[in-house]
Amino acid sequence: MLRLERRPSPSKAWNYATPVVAVLLTMIAGGILFTILGKNPFEAIKLIFWDPLFSEQFAAYSRPQLLVKAGPLILIAVGLSIGFRAGIWNIGAEGQYIVGALCAAAVALAFYPAESVLVFPLMIVAGALGGWAWAMIPAILRTRFNTNEILVSLLLVYVAEKLLAAAATGFMRNPQGAGFPGSRNINQYASAANHEIFAGTGLHWGGVAAFVAVLFTYIMLQRHILGFQVQLAGQAPRAARFAGVAPARLVLMCMGISGAFAGMAGMFEVAGPARLISIDFNAGYGFTAIIVAFLGRLNPIGIVLAGLLLALTYIGGELAQFMLNLPAAAIQVFQGMLLFFLLALDVLSNYRVRLFLPQRATTETV
Amino acid sequence: MKRRELLATSAAALGLAATLGSKARAQTPLKVGFVYIGPPGDFGWTYAHDQARLTAQEHFGDAVETFYVDNVPEGPDAERIMTQMALSGANMIFATSFGYGPSLNAVAQRFPNIAFEHATGYLQEAPNVSLYNARFYEGRAVIGTIAGRMTQTNKIGYIASFPIPEVIMGINAAYIHAKKVNPDITLSVVWAYSWFDPAQEAAAAEALIEQGCDILMQHTDSTAPLSVAQQRGALAFGQASDMTQFAPDVHLTAIIDNWAPYYVKRIQEKLDGTWAADNVWSGIPEDEVTFAPFNDRIPAEVQDEANALIESIRDGSYHPFTGPLNRQDGSAWLAEGEVADDGTLLGMNFYVEGISGDIPN
Repeated sequence: MLRLERRPSPSKAWNYATPVVAVLLTMIAGGILFTILGKNPFEAIKLIFWDPLFSEQFAAYSRPQLLVKAGPLILIAVGLSIGFRAGIWNIGAEGQYIVGALCAAAVALAFYPAESVLVFPLMIVAGALGGWAWAMIPAILRTRFNTNEILVSLLLVYVAEKLLAAAATGFMRNPQGAGFPGSRNINQYASAANHEIFAGTGLHWGGVAAFVAVLFTYIMLQRHILGFQVQLAGQAPRAARFAGVAPARLVLMCMGISGAFAGMAGMFEVAGPARLISIDFNAGYGFTAIIVAFLGRLNPIGIVLAGLLLALTYIGGELAQFMLNLPAAAIQVFQGMLLFFLLALDVLSNYRVRLFLPQRATTETV
Repeated sequence: MKRRELLATSAAALGLAATLGSKARAQTPLKVGFVYIGPPGDFGWTYAHDQARLTAQEHFGDAVETFYVDNVPEGPDAERIMTQMALSGANMIFATSFGYGPSLNAVAQRFPNIAFEHATGYLQEAPNVSLYNARFYEGRAVIGTIAGRMTQTNKIGYIASFPIPEVIMGINAAYIHAKKVNPDITLSVVWAYSWFDPAQEAAAAEALIEQGCDILMQHTDSTAPLSVAQQRGALAFGQASDMTQFAPDVHLTAIIDNWAPYYVKRIQEKLDGTWAADNVWSGIPEDEVTFAPFNDRIPAEVQDEANALIESIRDGSYHPFTGPLNRQDGSAWLAEGEVADDGTLLGMNFYVEGISGDIPN
């Protein structure tokens, strides 16, 4: 009988070493996978981890792209991490991301084609408010009617997707788009476009927002009474009540912050890399951000690193796909392996595996 | 501006490499990249494109090297993948979903020496962007005729993806021709709001059969509706490729997307240096729209009727949208003998007279 036993004091060194060991194990297991598929494993691993960063041919383009891809992931993930620490599970960031983008696009399209410096800030506000409002639905349903915010927030993603489809094929459709679904190209509307701030860096305003959000979350968690309340509510809900934490307020706050961050991420994406509202505008950032949050151990700095690592596997994975003619599924398996090893090693560094004989185990558990 | 310059320089370098390469053409194969929206194993849309890629690869042998990325979402991911393909030395890129348009045009502007071919798109913001599409409505007219003849309950089910002109055009073409051979038919449309969602498509098929439809058509890419039809004993048509193996008893025929002739032609032009941007809409006459072998369940006289219709479209004597036709609201659209122009078809946002229900908005 195997049993997991919590280690009284997990090793600090292992805490830092696990991500590195996990990457190494992924390379070995992934290498075996690529070999079975008939590809050179060393070339595949190099294409995924090395070439996007250092190859002469690709790095100049793909290094900035890391920020483009990681930016929204980090922005959404830090927002989610606050709630996750408090045991408040917003699984619907994808929906809040969509609604944020829709609200921001609505502002842009309402002003089009007038040029004004006010449009862009207004879009940010609209995006944040849209995401916030969408997150308030599960939040208020939980505080008022004690519904499960995991289910409600998740199911609202599908509602948001239908809204998106309706917007792209209906009320936001580009009147000059020959009847095709999709809004006007917001990226080509100067007042609303979210361009790079410093050319060649890949850093657009979404990246700046992600950076500010990381800083804000770090300070809040470390230095502010709210951060203390969040930690306490997560670790000892009863003690938190005695300490005067109002659970309802905490739910509203955590859901609100994560929703607003996700909505802002949607805004920066629709005005920037995505360029317009289309039927498939949401590319799964809201769900991937959940992985990023846990990969980063719900720590703001860890989330930054996790976001960049995941972005690297995406961009490198694409390179490997067309350079070696690998199917997309092989890359997804590879990414899955990385998550599997990270989580498995995390378990092993926090828990000890004990072997019990069946008879003794039964008497002991009684 | 730095990134632009950088990309411009790399593009120029690539252009240089291309000119140098043309001198040594025998050694360096033309690199042709394909961007797919789904997996090649969908047995529908992406499968058809990949079959054409393989045909082209076989045709050109060592002179051409084709490669692809599958499951590419429309938007920033597509833009990044096309840019990386360009940086890897691709000379030509085929992107096979209409939603790639804005990304493809942005990449094309940065890589003026690469030939970009965009399936089912409408945006041409750079001189190196070419558009191609197939007149699937010609195929719909044929299966509409067969459906009108074969239905016992006079109820035809139609699984549609999104309410866009391409799909509405198909519904109208199928309805007009089913009605022509069987005035008693009604057409029920279910919107799946997806191109590829086997569960949703199967549910739609079940719902249509429950409503009494004994024959199904689909404008979605999975084989799920055919499996449902096979189980429930309803008749059905395949989409994009021959789907007989998924419903051997009830699969009547399929509209096959045959992109191979176009791909071979365009790659040849790129090899010869005569490639130029174009906007091509081909169909039955060019063999871009073909049919899977007719099921033996289709009576001989119906097969003859379908074949005659195919031939009349092929020789240009008949256009599936020929008047007199009215819009759903009863207003006149095409007068007696008048033929719809391509612009109206490509922007079609109305049902023809006789179809009940509204186009969702």
